[in-house]
Amino acid sequence: MKKIYTRPASLKEAHFHYCPGCGHGIINRLIAEVIDEMGLRGKAICVAPAGCGMLVYNYFDIDTLESAHGRGAAVATGIKRVRPDNLVFSYQGDGDLAAIGTAEGFHAANRGELITVIFVNNGVYGMTGGQMAPTTLKEQITTTTPSGRNPVSAGHPVRVCEVFSVLDGTSYLERVAVNSPSGIKKTKKAIAKAFQHQINRTGFSLVEILSPCPTNWKMSPIESFRWIDEVMTKQFPLGVIKEVKC
Amino acid sequence: MKRLMSGNAALGEAAILSGCTCYFGYPITPQNELTEYMAKRMPESGGVFIQSESEIAAINMVLGASVAGARAMTSSSSPGMSLKQEGISYLAADELPAVIVNMVRGGPGMGNISPAQSDYLQATRGGGHGDYRTIVLAPSSVQELVDIVPLAFDLADAYRNPVIILGDGMLGQMMEPVDFSDIKKPKDYPKDYILTGAENRPSRMVRSLLFDTKEEEEHNWKLYRKFQRIEANEVRCETFMTDDAEIVVVAYGIAARIAKGAIKRLRQENIKAGLLRPITLWPFPSKNIVELARYVNDFFVFEMSTGQMIEDVKLALSGRGHVNFYGRPGGVIPTPIELARIVSRHYYQTQKVKRQ
Repeated sequence: MKKIYTRPASLKEAHFHYCPGCGHGIINRLIAEVIDEMGLRGKAICVAPAGCGMLVYNYFDIDTLESAHGRGAAVATGIKRVRPDNLVFSYQGDGDLAAIGTAEGFHAANRGELITVIFVNNGVYGMTGGQMAPTTLKEQITTTTPSGRNPVSAGHPVRVCEVFSVLDGTSYLERVAVNSPSGIKKTKKAIAKAFQHQINRTGFSLVEILSPCPTNWKMSPIESFRWIDEVMTKQFPLGVIKEVKC
Repeated sequence: MKRLMSGNAALGEAAILSGCTCYFGYPITPQNELTEYMAKRMPESGGVFIQSESEIAAINMVLGASVAGARAMTSSSSPGMSLKQEGISYLAADELPAVIVNMVRGGPGMGNISPAQSDYLQATRGGGHGDYRTIVLAPSSVQELVDIVPLAFDLADAYRNPVIILGDGMLGQMMEPVDFSDIKKPKDYPKDYILTGAENRPSRMVRSLLFDTKEEEEHNWKLYRKFQRIEANEVRCETFMTDDAEIVVVAYGIAARIAKGAIKRLRQENIKAGLLRPITLWPFPSKNIVELARYVNDFFVFEMSTGQMIEDVKLALSGRGHVNFYGRPGGVIPTPIELARIVSRHYYQTQKVKRQ
């Protein structure tokens, strides 16, 4: 009998700890599938963040380092400069990349470091219990914006891809969402493309993935998927934000 | 052949000769000559140089380079060292080798850019969060700075732990003739923990998150046993004119050099003074001090701070001798004649006490 669906070799045989309806599990699998399909398992090095994505090293069957909160792009820079022939990517959340790690991400992008950032944007600090993230939408309720995010005192949601797009070191920036089968397919393609940019040494690549967090959004998984389409993508439009010829 | 070089530049050359292939730095006075030297020499020698966006980024680049298997170094001065502490804690937790240079300046806060020794406690107590120690080496001349660099990299690799070279603004910026011929080709350390891509082997992970308290506790005890081995094997110190000494000055780094000048003056006055100079500040030469206390009752701690190493001297002696102190914080550089005056006044005062 022909096997039509199986666990990618780059994923360990382990149960995800993610909440029901969370996007991380889908994204982990997509990355593993891309690594397998591009034949990169022996070359890939992942830098894990602090936050819900921290435990990816329990799932990825590739070399992985856990970085301090926000420092992923700096650590990945150190690894890549020593091992230019490896595929080096950091896996970072919105708090990690767009708040505490802004400087590290921004300057790695500006130097055109040949690394890839997988940026999971779910608009909240998930692991710590749903506090406001830099990407939390206007009026969105979180545990630290109990009456909704007020831009006057709490600032505006940060569009990371657009900010990075003006930096000359970046070569591929795309925003996708994992809330539908077609979105999942596009996400997989975007990850593969970003890795290809790294392999071709074109420049810094980043894939921003809008990802549901039903637990902290206080929604059902189905409602979360819908909310991404109806609300989140208005602030974070999907598509290729920047692409330099690879 | 000897070359006339600043401490900062000489340190950079010694690092390259010791097999350092990655340097990450951020400008801060008084260590800029090292960053500038590396900017020129690293590309020439085929290594990696990055001027990072911050000290935090620099230490994390060091961590990345180290986990990828390279000998990596960063340098800074006091305010910048505070920023590096996060990364140093992670290096210690992940058991990754690294060499970190601190050319100490006056503090706290912005302080000034003059030489000081006020980061002793930060350096010797770990500095960042958690139960860990860093090996701390304190040279007192540009030649010793050069000699200590290969040792720093070897200790970092041998124990898989961050090593701090604790200098000061004077040591970094003064020029002295130096000889690099004693630096040997680095030996190979087995690195079965580094990340190279899981080609034909099981995947590896390097992490410090251990949710299970039992696992985290055992990790802490494992680190502690390593620190005990370091304490047993790696203490280094120098003694100067202690054989017949009645009073022993304890000083490190550039202060020890000032103290040597003071001791020579005191000897001319027939005051039997000697010097104990810790070269490793951690592990601290406690046993060597206790050994001296068998026949010396009077210790004089001299630091360019309000008194930090004095705590370790007191802990070592545990009441077995009198501990006196003289210090000048804030970037003030004391002179040998000044210290000689202070020590001789103390000597005659205590002699008087002895006669009564």
